[in-house]
Amino acid sequence: MKQTAPRSFQEIILRLQNYWADKGCAILQPYDMEVGAGTFHPATTLRSLGAKPWAAAYVQPSRRPTDGRYGENPNRLQHYYQYQVIIKPSPPDLQELYLGSLAAIGIDSSLHDIRFVEDDWESPTLGAWGLGWEVWCDGMEVSQFTYFQQVGGHDCKPVSGELTYGLERLAMYVLGIDHVMDMPFNDPDAPIPLTYGDVFRQTEREYSRWNFEQADTEMLLRHFEDAEAECERILAAAETDSAGRRIVMAHPAYDQCIKASHLFNLLDARGVISVTERQAYIGRVRTLAKKCADAFLRTPAAEEAA
Amino acid sequence: MPDLLIELFSEEIPARMQPRAREDLKRMVTDGLVEAGLTYAGAHALSTPRRLTLAVEGLDAASRPQREERKGPSVNAPEAALQGFLRSTGLTIDQLEKRDTPKGKAWFAVIERPGRPAAEIVAEVLESTIRNFPWPKSMRWGSGALRWVRPLHSILCILSDDAGHEIVPLEIDGIRAGDTTRGHRFLAPEPFSVTSFEDYAAKLKRAKVMLDPAEREEHIWHDATNAAFAQGLEVVEDRGLLTEVAGLVEWPVVLMGRIDDAFLDLPPEVLQTSMREHQKFFSARDPKTGRIEAFVTVANNETADRGATILKGNQKVLSARLSDAKFFWENDLRTVHDKGLEGMAEGLRNVTFHNRLGSQWDRIERIERLARTIAPQVGASPDLAAEAARVVKADLQSAMVGEFPELQGVMGVYYARAAGLPEEIANACRAHYQPLGPNDDVPTEPVSVAVALADKIDMLTGFWAIDEKPTGSKDPYALRRAALGVIRLILTNGLRLQLSRIFAEANPHADAEDLLAFFHDRLKVHLRDQGIRHDVIDAVLAMPGNDDLTLLVRRATALADFLRTDDGENLIQGFKRANNILTQAEQKDGVEYSYGADPKFAETDEERALFAALDAAEAEIAPAMKAEDFAPAMAAMARLRAPIDAFFESVQVNSDNEIVRRNRLNLLSRIRAICLQVADLTRLEG
Repeated sequence: MKQTAPRSFQEIILRLQNYWADKGCAILQPYDMEVGAGTFHPATTLRSLGAKPWAAAYVQPSRRPTDGRYGENPNRLQHYYQYQVIIKPSPPDLQELYLGSLAAIGIDSSLHDIRFVEDDWESPTLGAWGLGWEVWCDGMEVSQFTYFQQVGGHDCKPVSGELTYGLERLAMYVLGIDHVMDMPFNDPDAPIPLTYGDVFRQTEREYSRWNFEQADTEMLLRHFEDAEAECERILAAAETDSAGRRIVMAHPAYDQCIKASHLFNLLDARGVISVTERQAYIGRVRTLAKKCADAFLRTPAAEEAA
Repeated sequence: MPDLLIELFSEEIPARMQPRAREDLKRMVTDGLVEAGLTYAGAHALSTPRRLTLAVEGLDAASRPQREERKGPSVNAPEAALQGFLRSTGLTIDQLEKRDTPKGKAWFAVIERPGRPAAEIVAEVLESTIRNFPWPKSMRWGSGALRWVRPLHSILCILSDDAGHEIVPLEIDGIRAGDTTRGHRFLAPEPFSVTSFEDYAAKLKRAKVMLDPAEREEHIWHDATNAAFAQGLEVVEDRGLLTEVAGLVEWPVVLMGRIDDAFLDLPPEVLQTSMREHQKFFSARDPKTGRIEAFVTVANNETADRGATILKGNQKVLSARLSDAKFFWENDLRTVHDKGLEGMAEGLRNVTFHNRLGSQWDRIERIERLARTIAPQVGASPDLAAEAARVVKADLQSAMVGEFPELQGVMGVYYARAAGLPEEIANACRAHYQPLGPNDDVPTEPVSVAVALADKIDMLTGFWAIDEKPTGSKDPYALRRAALGVIRLILTNGLRLQLSRIFAEANPHADAEDLLAFFHDRLKVHLRDQGIRHDVIDAVLAMPGNDDLTLLVRRATALADFLRTDDGENLIQGFKRANNILTQAEQKDGVEYSYGADPKFAETDEERALFAALDAAEAEIAPAMKAEDFAPAMAAMARLRAPIDAFFESVQVNSDNEIVRRNRLNLLSRIRAICLQVADLTRLEG
């Protein structure tokens, strides 16, 4: 079935949602915290652990403070959207499923050059790595395709397949747009047509200024320490609550880990972390991520035999 | 004699791993077959991004039957010994024979191993190959435990001969071997079955798969050069890229596009690097001007619009990349214009070089000091060398090098010119990193030489001071390369440097003696490659002034040449004889015979002739040595050969007359002294 070309940013998102819903994924909503990438959503990090099958897809707003360009760069943003698909165990036809999703948003494989180019994925903050590719469409990277091998220091058994689409870049390509701010956000024929710039130009300017110049670094440092301490404290708590129920609090602890990670990114954007300190901070976040992974594996959601 | 065809069909194999994987597949399978008793006529391995293929021709249909006899325990041995023997042979007692041996009756087992059909052996060998394949990185997928470079989808494994073909019965973790495969992912995705290698290769070609990587490379190069030629351009040769690109496509389609005029003023290195590293494009240049004007990309798809959409997309991506590069370039030029190259280098204060050796800035200050010291010794102006040292690493802080680290040094040259610095300084930005390997050019401009030496010697003495020396195969800071770089800089430019003093000035905490020994080791390797024997080098290293490498090599070369002559070879024998007699006498008498011998005690003509010859030689050798003119000194020494030989021929050193004896020993001592001026000849072998 030939697909008509989508006309707006949101139509591309909607088509991806429908496509993956059709393929049986649970369509989740974005995680309600600041994260650097869709992988940080607990639906990916934690759910890729343990034996229990899982299939989810969602949009995740992602923040990379150092990429802010005050809304002036045609391609770079400090806040952008990723589309994330995670399926455990990875199905044997994952590549075909992925190519089907490209077709769904109007990328006709008989007209384009789609290639899988080696790209091993590693997240030092999450203690995670996997093998896979970056997917190229006509020489442009449109997605990351990864088979998770380890997360939080644990071998992934079974292995999850993860797909990450950089939505703005992909949409700009599909829609033929040169500057992200010019991209139609809703239908260009809508009574009130909005561009990406109408929605995000102002926030890009404001956050770029705050990220680079204004964020209170002492406060950020303090918050980093607080998040770290709270994460450790939550995980050190007894596994049985006051009523005698066994409840391991992996998710609340992981929230603090996510917080610490984002605070580190903000500190990095403010340029107050030296090269040597960098490694130490990343190591601290990784320690938290690993402990959260350990904790998650002790919950029924992981369904790992005790 | 059947032929064997194996295809391991998977998701996309990284291009860089394919050449090695082909070799490994061929080696592991053929070794396994031979070990199991099958011979074959020939084998070749091929690959595409999605398949590893091995064709083995003329394989034995079955292995030969084997008969093995094994002697067991004596018939009187305890039961346990017999049981052990039965277990190890897999036989029962009624299958054993009793035979007479010189030590009495013993059990014998005759084990008949029937020949095994090739299919059975192939199945075992292939399974073990897949399970033990040495991928640099492998993975699991789904719920399985099997490891492969990326998910393995199917195995094709057939034996074929004139009568037809059979599928080798094999199943690995749920993947059953068959006789089917698939064509190109988009152009011919349907599965099809094959009966032989020829059938397989032909059907794949129809299904838009070029199986042979060499054929893909040839095809790409042919089409790329033609496309460029049609536009009056030439493709910049790049073997590595060609191999990589051929590993990314099953059906190469070459497309060429122009680079937007807005980017043509970027340095060619920037265009080329950006296109190569990010897009895997070849560059095409105007053969007259050398300017890069177009790119060649290789797609993996044939489209109805003859690649128009693909080319447009690639062009767009390239423009975005080059806009970035242009932005970096213009930003960097602005920085240079506003703050100068030294201003650009400022940021290096915050970049750690090594946590025990300070920041890059600290390092630059050390290099500057050292370059100033070295400059006059290499014919450079100390001020110019110091100024160069301050800016040669500035480009590490440029936006361009941040994006393309491989352009370090190259960008420095452009930025130094933009800053209006003298050409010698601009050149040093790139040249001070050289020589980068044993085949790289050695800088010869004095300013570049001074900074290149300072850069490398600072690094070596620094890591020596914190005891981070290379050990065995571990050399994380490439210090061996740095030392060889210093050696080549000195020798190529004929520099006369006292390295020990320079080491001490560079870093007083470094063990200069130990570092010099490290240099001597590198030098030995370097000279050995040039055909100079190790004992010749040892003889020369034992001489004073051995931290002057130019002198050292001159001396070694002269000695090596000398030893190749007849006189040289024989003189060494004469010297050794003299030295041996003298050393023994000195040990026996407990004295050193170094008083001048007196010709008045000479008894024979030969003895007197030697006195005269030594006087003549000394008169020639001393000034030659002073002038470091080794060849004439050695020639003079060579003339001693005949008188020394004649002396030993006719004279008994250990005379009964103690005065005569002592005088002769003192005469030998003169021989020794003269010869040792040239090199420590006692260290020569043979």
